[in-house]
Amino acid sequence: MIKLAINFLSAPLYSFTAFCILFVLAMKRMDIVGTKKFGMGLLIFTLVIFGWMVSDPVFFSVISLPDNIPIIILNALVFWSTWFSLYKGHQNDLRIAAGEPPIEGTPENREKVWAWPNLVYTELFCIIACTIFLIVWAIFFKAPLEEPANPTWAPNPAKAPWYFLGLQEMLVYFDPWMAGVVLPVLIIVGLIAIPFIDINPKGNGYYTFAERKYAIAGFTFGWLALWIFLIQIGTFLRGPNWTFYGPFEFWDSHKVVAENNVNLSEFFWIKGLNVALPKNIFVREIMGIILTGVYLVAVPFYVTKRWGQDMLSRMGGIRYYLLVFLVLGMMSLPIKMYLRWFFFLKYIVAMPEFELNL
Amino acid sequence: MSEGFAKKVANTQVWKAIFRHGPPNNARNRAAVVAGNVFLHLHPIKLKKSGVQLGYTWCMGGLTFFIFLSLTITGVLLMFYYRPTAEYAFTDIIGLREHVPLGIMRELHRWGAHLMVITVWIHMFRVFMTGSYKPPREFNWGVGVILLVLTMLLSFTGYLLPWDQLAIWAITVGSNMAKATPFMGNGGPGAMLARIGDFVMVSDKNDVRFQLLGGRFVGEAALLRFYILHCVFIPLVVAVLIAIHFWRVRKDGGISAPL
Ligand code: HEM
Repeated sequence: MIKLAINFLSAPLYSFTAFCILFVLAMKRMDIVGTKKFGMGLLIFTLVIFGWMVSDPVFFSVISLPDNIPIIILNALVFWSTWFSLYKGHQNDLRIAAGEPPIEGTPENREKVWAWPNLVYTELFCIIACTIFLIVWAIFFKAPLEEPANPTWAPNPAKAPWYFLGLQEMLVYFDPWMAGVVLPVLIIVGLIAIPFIDINPKGNGYYTFAERKYAIAGFTFGWLALWIFLIQIGTFLRGPNWTFYGPFEFWDSHKVVAENNVNLSEFFWIKGLNVALPKNIFVREIMGIILTGVYLVAVPFYVTKRWGQDMLSRMGGIRYYLLVFLVLGMMSLPIKMYLRWFFFLKYIVAMPEFELNL
Repeated sequence: MSEGFAKKVANTQVWKAIFRHGPPNNARNRAAVVAGNVFLHLHPIKLKKSGVQLGYTWCMGGLTFFIFLSLTITGVLLMFYYRPTAEYAFTDIIGLREHVPLGIMRELHRWGAHLMVITVWIHMFRVFMTGSYKPPREFNWGVGVILLVLTMLLSFTGYLLPWDQLAIWAITVGSNMAKATPFMGNGGPGAMLARIGDFVMVSDKNDVRFQLLGGRFVGEAALLRFYILHCVFIPLVVAVLIAIHFWRVRKDGGISAPL
């Protein structure tokens, strides 16, 4: 019963929405999230749930695949690093609010110490710990090896390595040219551009949340919701034919899912105006083209006019519009996801004639 | 007694020939041990206490580097046993598994590769959360992003080498994306515009995917390409970039700290 409910609720629509809501709440209540109590509580809660889920044979069979072990380690480290950095940030925020320097800036911590032994021993410790960890991992989990390569028989599902599964999951919502080329390029360019866009001089060299709220919220949203979360879905919840399977659902390759997604042009001409699709491609796709234009031009224009003047003059045009463009690119993914879930929308602009589907 | 013994050892000609100074238990020798050792001299001699603390850097950059080094070593050992041809690749891996006693090299290499992807991500997250990309470290952040991409490409190119079903189909899925590159991939937007009469300029015989795989599908040519990218080309580039990265950490004033 509970398992059926979890199967149902882990569908991307619900789980992603829940994740986003929790994310916003967490960002709003750093006074709760940034405490040891909260960290401990969440850890115990997660471990209990996870332990209970692992006791399910179906879930266990997916999670214990040798190539899925890294994702468990990733999750543990992401969990810890997120909470720990927010915790340290919150501690520093309290100090700063009380007129003290952040912990990294106390006279004691500004003092210079010898690299030998202070730094060298710490590194040695990390190296030894890492080596032991790797050796134990290597002894207990054999590297997988499947049947010899056979170009004529594709396994189902055929999955990319786990670190690309976020991108493969995007393929559900975007065509390969977006999910595989444009969005990755935007991610790389966007990352490199961060230091040049974020001109807030505060929070350089110490953990803080309050002094760079929006930078941290924006970055962690992309990192956790659009990258890590999608990897989880792509790895654990996508079975044959990339169909969604709940965590306790057996990967039955005969599960049929109705695929009746429609293009915006079909919505507009056939359902809306009750006429056949126009022959001319550009007339046919006119709504999508207009909407894309609105999204890329009119929305930023209006938002800037209304709320962005201040920021624009502080940052300068290039920085500001680069930021706007990157945010629009990033948000295009959740937007497309919700359009698909709510309206079964396939493409906003569908021009298979040019392989240009958006 | 042991102290006396240590002193004696430190006074031998052999010790002095190697280390050139006594044990690092006084200021002069502590400076000398770091400055005089080619590996240790990556570090400054003295640095702010805040930057030494594990709670600040999490040692994630350092561990990424360490894992990179151990991957180089285990990788070289694997190369002794592995031939990148469609005929031998798979059986060589089987051989590694069945004929090498206590063999965990392949495991160390594979899990290490996964771990490096993880640590490099967490390192980036740490650098972000401490605001360490802010001036004067903007450039080093950019170098880091390139390293991040290359780390994933290293892992990706290595994924093909066992030449099993997992390998070729994962690479097929991944490299199919290249087909969709606008204008440069055979199935990408705009590619069909590039034709003169009947002559297709961007075909599946010359688009970016073909260049990547050395063919129209993941075959032997792709195996050789990925092998060379994985064992020679990308590691070399990564090594150079890591050198730049470390150099810049020092030149930008060491590990970041409050101004
Ligand atoms: C192969 C990959 C990489 C290696 C081996 C590496 C190694 C290191 C090491 C050893 C440090 C010294 C401090 C520490 O351990 O945290 C460092 C610092 C730094 N890294 Fe990386 N790194 C890599 C990738 C990256 C990436 C992906 C980024 C960011 C996108 C990045 C940005 C930086 C910056 C800005 C610093 C200076 C941090 C500070 O001063 O606090 N690095 N890196």
